[in-house]
Amino acid sequence: MNTYIHSVSLDSSKCTGCTTCMKHCPTEAIRVRNGCAVIDSERCIDCGECIRNCPNNAKKSICNSFDEIKNYRYKIALPAPALMAQFDNLDNVGYVIQGLLDIGFDEVFEVAKAAELVSDYTRVYLQTEGIKKPVISTACPVVARLIALRFPFLKDNLLPLLPPMEVAAAMAKEEALKAHPELKREEICTCFISPCPAKVSYARNGFGSYKSAVDLVVSMSEIYLRLINVMNRDRNCDISSQSGRIGVSWAICGGEGSALLNDKILAADGINNVISVLDQIEDGNIPPIDFVELNACPGGCVGGVLTIENPYVAKNRLHTLRRYMPIALNSVPEDESYIPGEKFLPDMPSYKPLNRLSDSIGESMRLMAKIQALRRELPGIDCGSCGAPNCRAFAEDIVMGNADRNECIIAYKDLIRKYIREYDGGERDDSQ
Amino acid sequence: MVNYMAEPLVFHFEVDGDNFTSAGQASVQVKKNLRELGIDPETIRRVSIAMYEGEINMVIHAHGGVAEVIVSDESVEIILKDTGPGIPNIEQAMQEGFSTAPDNVRSLGFGAGMGLPNMKRYTDYMHIDSVVGVGTTITMKVNY
Repeated sequence: MNTYIHSVSLDSSKCTGCTTCMKHCPTEAIRVRNGCAVIDSERCIDCGECIRNCPNNAKKSICNSFDEIKNYRYKIALPAPALMAQFDNLDNVGYVIQGLLDIGFDEVFEVAKAAELVSDYTRVYLQTEGIKKPVISTACPVVARLIALRFPFLKDNLLPLLPPMEVAAAMAKEEALKAHPELKREEICTCFISPCPAKVSYARNGFGSYKSAVDLVVSMSEIYLRLINVMNRDRNCDISSQSGRIGVSWAICGGEGSALLNDKILAADGINNVISVLDQIEDGNIPPIDFVELNACPGGCVGGVLTIENPYVAKNRLHTLRRYMPIALNSVPEDESYIPGEKFLPDMPSYKPLNRLSDSIGESMRLMAKIQALRRELPGIDCGSCGAPNCRAFAEDIVMGNADRNECIIAYKDLIRKYIREYDGGERDDSQ
Repeated sequence: MVNYMAEPLVFHFEVDGDNFTSAGQASVQVKKNLRELGIDPETIRRVSIAMYEGEINMVIHAHGGVAEVIVSDESVEIILKDTGPGIPNIEQAMQEGFSTAPDNVRSLGFGAGMGLPNMKRYTDYMHIDSVVGVGTTITMKVNY
């Protein structure tokens, strides 16, 4: 049984069954059935491409609502670095921090702060002898899940460190407990302000046996609307950023990689580019590199579907914002040349082969032979009218008993033509 | 009881010559198919590396060719067939670092002379059949 809780979901009242999302889904997880899109939760990696592409806004991400923070006594906001790139002419992150306090948070812990520590730890990790290279970043949960489902051979290449969101949540909670001994652990909430649905799913499901330290995940767009109402940039702000350039740059593609101060890195963004890079790494077809940063969204986290601003405009804003920032404000102590155990992921999720036809190879082979034969009979124009993204997927659906061959509109047209011909011929026969 | 053997599955690919953009597509498709069959990840990786190297060789040296992948109960067999210039000295061609790739190909990062040695390293069986001026057929097998 599949127990993965997804954030991406469908508002069926808005769905017109138009097939757009199905065509854009990188894992072929969507089918259109009875005029409505259906998501296969085993194949879904929460990348958000369907949300990005739906012309009717029928695809959405289920997050916590901001009001849920009221259920806790002490509320800590964990803003993703991408939040800082959403505001026009912002020259001090402090205005955003003040805004978050004004809308009801008791404390703000920038994820960028934790990101700088993760960058430090990653640099240490890359020096470890015997690790499998290239090391692949696990900060983007879509990529981490994609590798677990589809690239099992690359599992040992994954960076086994907790991502910045988790490091931030754990640190923020510990610090709050220390500063406020009157509080109980369950009275404190860590609330991540997310640019994407994948972070929501990560917080709910964890990764492997790791359970997330984030209590609530609220969408960046919801927080943004509240923030712009309270952010007043005319008054002086004496709060300053908790991180430097390295931390905030994690919001854009190349930020995590360049923080390693190593030129043997590769950074890619956009889910299809990510998949082709992974294919190349698996084939051994890449130059010798130490680190691979992969972002499912175009431009990096600023391209997440829960952000407001166009990713490239956001990137430009971040460049402006970070211009006068110091390189970094957080680092691991000089004498700490090892990575503390609690900063490691305990394990990686077990390989759950996506798309396996059957548990037995022999049976799979028989099914695939049938699919291949059927595929050759189908028109091959991948129109999507049948409700499957392409003719091969349709053939598979038919063989697996999930679709009816008569759903193929082209084959149906041929059938009608044949009937008409027979009917015409019949008439002529009668007249003679 | 008779142990029922499944019919071997055959995948057929045309490898487009002189087109680096599409080189590697067949190995990606094979990988997809093998995953669906539930073949173990290590076998898939070995097949796709051997296949990728072979594909690139066909593009560089032989203006493309055809690739056939036969999946049976105990192995994946890859047959790469081209009508290129042929290999005059197979023993020499099998040496690591030996390459006859032209400069324009080397400037793209290919032609390091590791193609055939890698194909041998990642497979359990490899046989080269080549006639100068007629073409080359390479047969490889990866056992489960």
